[in-house]
Amino acid sequence: MIAYSLRRLIQAVVLLFIVSMVTFALIHSAPGGPSILANPDLSRDQIEQMSESLGLNDPLPLQYWHWITSVLQGDFGISYNTIEPVINLVGNRLPNTLLLAGIALIISIAIAIPLGVFCATHRNSFLDRMVTSFTFLGVSVPVFWLGIMLIVLFSVQYRWLPAGGMATIGEGFSLRDRVEHLILPVFVLVIGNLAELTRYTRSSMITVLGEEYIRTARAKGLVQRRVLIGHAMRNALIPVITIIGVLLPRAVSGAAITEAVFSWPGMGSLAVEAATTRDYPVVLATTLTVAAVVVLSSLITDLAYGFLDPRIRLG
Amino acid sequence: MTSVSVAATGSSAVAAEAKHSTRSFWRVAWRRFRRNRIALASAVFLLVICLVALFAPTLAPQNPNAVNILFPHQPPSSEHLLGTDESGRDVFSRLLVGARVSIAVGITSMIISITIGALVGSVAGFVGRWVDTILMRLTDGMMAIPYFFLVLIVVAVFGTSFRNIVMVIGATSWMVVARIVRSEVLRYRNYEFVTAARSLGASNLRVLFRHVVPHTIPSIIVAATLGVANAILLESALSYLGLGLQPPQASWGNMLSNSQAYLFDNPTLPLYPGTLILVTVLAFNFLGDALRDALDPQYKESSH
Repeated sequence: MIAYSLRRLIQAVVLLFIVSMVTFALIHSAPGGPSILANPDLSRDQIEQMSESLGLNDPLPLQYWHWITSVLQGDFGISYNTIEPVINLVGNRLPNTLLLAGIALIISIAIAIPLGVFCATHRNSFLDRMVTSFTFLGVSVPVFWLGIMLIVLFSVQYRWLPAGGMATIGEGFSLRDRVEHLILPVFVLVIGNLAELTRYTRSSMITVLGEEYIRTARAKGLVQRRVLIGHAMRNALIPVITIIGVLLPRAVSGAAITEAVFSWPGMGSLAVEAATTRDYPVVLATTLTVAAVVVLSSLITDLAYGFLDPRIRLG
Repeated sequence: MTSVSVAATGSSAVAAEAKHSTRSFWRVAWRRFRRNRIALASAVFLLVICLVALFAPTLAPQNPNAVNILFPHQPPSSEHLLGTDESGRDVFSRLLVGARVSIAVGITSMIISITIGALVGSVAGFVGRWVDTILMRLTDGMMAIPYFFLVLIVVAVFGTSFRNIVMVIGATSWMVVARIVRSEVLRYRNYEFVTAARSLGASNLRVLFRHVVPHTIPSIIVAATLGVANAILLESALSYLGLGLQPPQASWGNMLSNSQAYLFDNPTLPLYPGTLILVTVLAFNFLGDALRDALDPQYKESSH
């Protein structure tokens, strides 16, 4: 188990280094450089001076070296646009994204697993067919459009829920207000995750139910409940855990678009702003943080998988 | 149902055996496909959308970019079938022209991702050993990156031209194809007809592309259909964020994005482009699923 964990950990670190290099090379190959240098009020000398002080005139590998060594010491540099330390910007936004994506993921899992198990045990029933059609809708609907339509319905027509943001501006903290702001974006994200998760749970459960140990359990005279929960689900959920790991990058991407629809102050909207103004340090920091969160979570799911199923860590 | 699956297993075994039965493989597949009504309807709908995309400029009743600030947010009328948007442009004509962007981006980026995926997958599976390890680690790595952020950076940095959008979508969505092709190649690599071709003195490249890759075509077709659906969704999301093709050129995504500022004046505005994206993507997904059932009958048995 230790060797397996160590191997996974090294792979994760290597992956993060590759992500950092790719992003760095991409952003620095941009024609024109950062937007602040495109300011027409600046003279050529001033532009020259600024890029010199930002270190933009150094050779690329040297720039990368400077950047990565300070990142490893926890210093992500200073935003070109707001002249704020990038670590503060990210620190303000990351918890908001984790809150949104985390709640949505937990709700999706809580719905998808019982639903998938039910569909597997009641194949071709009315509910099972409904779920299958819904799966197609779930993977085909543009999440941002779903968000807009929900805003039209619940915020414009009925005025039940706020159209965006995290809290009502000018009011003190209240839990009710927070929850009201969360309902629509979380709903949109849950719809996005639910389809795939339910489908995988269903097919994994169907495979397991065909195994011989299930027949043995039934032959022992166990009631359906014990067979399902004690024997089938324990094994069916192992691949589902991996799927959650696979879904994470997509869930984070979905969260980025959903944040834009509901003007949620998270990493997604920060990345969009930074990318359009070519705020190099912020772009690099957002991509690296998001990649780190995703790689870390899939590392955890991988380790959980290896812990639950010895064939994985030994194979 | 049983007769279908019997015919199915029979046909793929025969298809693998000899070349003259290739035609019957496709014929059996078509017979199976034809029975799926939803898939047929999807195919017809997509054909119509593609034709609309091709002939949009001729079909559009009004100039899609003609601004008339005196008549914004008009209700539907005989002149403007679906009314006008915030600048008084004809919504119906803009939807027709917008179909061009979605279909063109969807199909072109699918071709790019299939090409990369098929190459990576077939080389990894065929050569094996360390080449396989490196390529598959790369594939895993790409899958673990939240691709949306990568796409965002590339488009923001290199500009929102058609070429850039298509290339970045293609370059970030080939991984599933690579995995599918690799597993197919691994399956066929050790078949007797491959050994036979080798013993006749066929070179590695010839064996790979003449004898192994053709067997992966059914699964590539399925992946391609589903790939178009994903590319259309991704393009519309980019357009929505203002990083797609730039206005005034209409795309379904940027029509949606514009509409959000006017929800209180004209709440029906986001309805049309959104429904079109949904129905088009849904049709591609239905089609892909039906093709999988028709071309790869074993898939259904193993997953259901």
